[in-house]
Amino acid sequence: MRIFDPHIHMTSRTTDDYERMAAAGVRALVEPAFWLGQPRTNPGSFADYFDGLVGWEPFRASQFGIRHHATIALNPKEANDPRCRGVLDLLPRYLEKDGVVAVGEIGYDSMTPEEDEVFAAQLALAVEHDLPALVHTPHRDKARGTERSLAVVDESGVAPGRVVIDHLNEVTVKLVRDTGCWLGFSIYPDTKMSPPRMVEILREYGLERMLVNSAADWGRSDPLLTLATGEAMLAAGFSDDDVDRVLWRNPVEFYGQSGRLDLSDLDGAQPTFAGNSILRGGS
Amino acid sequence: MKTLAELRAALGERPWLDEAGAQVRADPGAIGRLVPAAGRKCGGAPPDEAPGWGADVAARAVLLGALPAERVAAEAGEAYRYGDAAEKRAVLKALPLLPIGGDAVPLLHDAIRTNDTRLVAAALGPYATHLDPPAWRQAVLKCVFMGVPLSAVDGLGERADAELAGMLASFAEERRAAGRDVPADALAVLESLREG
Repeated sequence: MRIFDPHIHMTSRTTDDYERMAAAGVRALVEPAFWLGQPRTNPGSFADYFDGLVGWEPFRASQFGIRHHATIALNPKEANDPRCRGVLDLLPRYLEKDGVVAVGEIGYDSMTPEEDEVFAAQLALAVEHDLPALVHTPHRDKARGTERSLAVVDESGVAPGRVVIDHLNEVTVKLVRDTGCWLGFSIYPDTKMSPPRMVEILREYGLERMLVNSAADWGRSDPLLTLATGEAMLAAGFSDDDVDRVLWRNPVEFYGQSGRLDLSDLDGAQPTFAGNSILRGGS
Repeated sequence: MKTLAELRAALGERPWLDEAGAQVRADPGAIGRLVPAAGRKCGGAPPDEAPGWGADVAARAVLLGALPAERVAAEAGEAYRYGDAAEKRAVLKALPLLPIGGDAVPLLHDAIRTNDTRLVAAALGPYATHLDPPAWRQAVLKCVFMGVPLSAVDGLGERADAELAGMLASFAEERRAAGRDVPADALAVLESLREG
């Protein structure tokens, strides 16, 4: 099984995770810029974080044979802090990077006027930089947040096929299915979505434009739940080809729209200095 | 060492690069978006005439070379500061070809602080003549420690001294005490310093 995790926060994960992921078949992933648990208080803090997403983290991933890409944005939570608004001015630089394949995570947390403004501004950046967009839907008041997100996307002029609405569930999937947007599902140990529930959704709504991710981060989460979902699909009678479509070809198609997805040489080439103590960061 | 003109010639026909270079000459600030884009527009294998230079690295160096002299240090600094790993590496590789004297030494210090082997290696090219001896020796030792081949260190034979030999010897002692291997290229340098 080859797996492309379209949403995982590797900055928060250990090298043990990279090893387990590689062994499980994860060959590529996308790390969206998001909240770090501890709120940041100035744009410089974001610049360093973005640097990691296009610098150190892809290097770390490469040590395990995993291709790393990123999405860059000011996340909805911190969009509410006026001290962080200057991050919008940094974005044009980072949205030009080769490893950046979408604008994200953007969207709503508490649906404030500040979030409205920053969401719309970043959809405009997606148009300007010719990138797809990754839209986070809120954990609270999710259905209304999803509807409102779809309305903002509709007004933005970004084609629905270049947008993924993420963290969907049994209720919100219905709102997105017929919009033309892609549908993202975050499989968590005990919240958002589980492998058996995901299989039911795939049965009911089909495989088209469906993206399954672990969204693993600094909270209780599991980077191997993509694999678990693939196994649950097989156990439920889906074919190997179906699993490959959901766990590999769909994310490749979605992020491939950026024109920057680089999956070349995933089989053979090793990093220049592989097989050395750099696996421990030079210790 | 290649000159910027040789790098440009080695890249062959590149309409995008010529247009981008003209933009940089007219509006140096435009380089902020052109250096990142150069990876996509001019990527690929090293040109035959410039081995060791990826086409993207050479193209980025050419763009930095298009900057007006008085803007080079500042814009190269910004390109490095906001660059991804590939852009940072390209800036480091370009430094000895740019009219900046020793102004970009802080970029070398930044690169040597990282644990990205590509950046540490790129920082020890010809521009590292601007590093003071203690910083240079520490960087060479870090290469050995990280497994960066010492062939990446420009001018190693001329610059290696007794102080570096002492550092390498104690590194080798620690490694052996731990039952670990000492890289062959480090042993060779140590040997030649002892002979010298």
